[in-house]
Amino acid sequence: MADEALFLLLHNEMVTGVYKSAEQGEVVSDRCVLLAGEHGFRVGQGLIERFTKDTARFKDELDIMKFICKDFWTTVFKKQIDNLRTNHQGIYVLQDNKFRLLTQMSSGKQYLDHAPKVFHRRLGIFVEDKIL
Amino acid sequence: MAVCIAVIAKENYPLYIRSIPAEHELKFHYTVHTSLDVVDEKVSAMGKALVDQRELYLGLLYPTEDYKVYGYVTNSKVKFVMVVDSSNTALRDNEIRSMFRKLHNSYTDVMCNPFYNPGDRIHSRAFDNMVTSMMVQVC
Repeated sequence: MADEALFLLLHNEMVTGVYKSAEQGEVVSDRCVLLAGEHGFRVGQGLIERFTKDTARFKDELDIMKFICKDFWTTVFKKQIDNLRTNHQGIYVLQDNKFRLLTQMSSGKQYLDHAPKVFHRRLGIFVEDKIL
Repeated sequence: MAVCIAVIAKENYPLYIRSIPAEHELKFHYTVHTSLDVVDEKVSAMGKALVDQRELYLGLLYPTEDYKVYGYVTNSKVKFVMVVDSSNTALRDNEIRSMFRKLHNSYTDVMCNPFYNPGDRIHSRAFDNMVTSMMVQVC
């Protein structure tokens, strides 16, 4: 789909944009990962606000996790979470075998360093769950 | 028509309070503050599921002789509190619900504004206009 490719390209450019501004000295370079995460966090807040506007009230944490794994993930990434694990003490592990934003990157070793940056940006969206 | 409308953040501090007439502002601030306890009680399911747990609208929180207080909680734990004049008996539940719906929509628009930092007071003109349209017309 054309619109998906546009979004992926824009997303990648934003991540490299943050790193370029680091090289030019505007931002301290080790803060870059955090910055990308903060971007994602803010985007996530707006998204969550829109999505939860019409859904029923969440009764407990399990409800929130189910909402994230099914509704939210389907709307943003067009598929559901593959695996959800918990230790029943507040830690949840979400596993997605085909993360849409990373599928376009080759699996050569040099790219594995860059993957976390992209990850953190999207991860920011799920830290939003802490607010819930 | 509402006499006072307040938007309270998750940490229970106000993001937006507006009331008319302006001389009773302190009284309304106090009322909204005390109503937060009632909101928490309704949300925490201690009432043996008397309240429909799946709804965002909380209904009448408590009435006094002068006015009634209504509540609404979003899924991100932001609370809307509305104080309505008791003498205005023509206001039905549906109208209150639709007012809260409009509030929620405007609040979502404010959240999506990239220049708005969550946790700041709300200064949006569109939000102000929407709230004005819901407030009572004082001649």
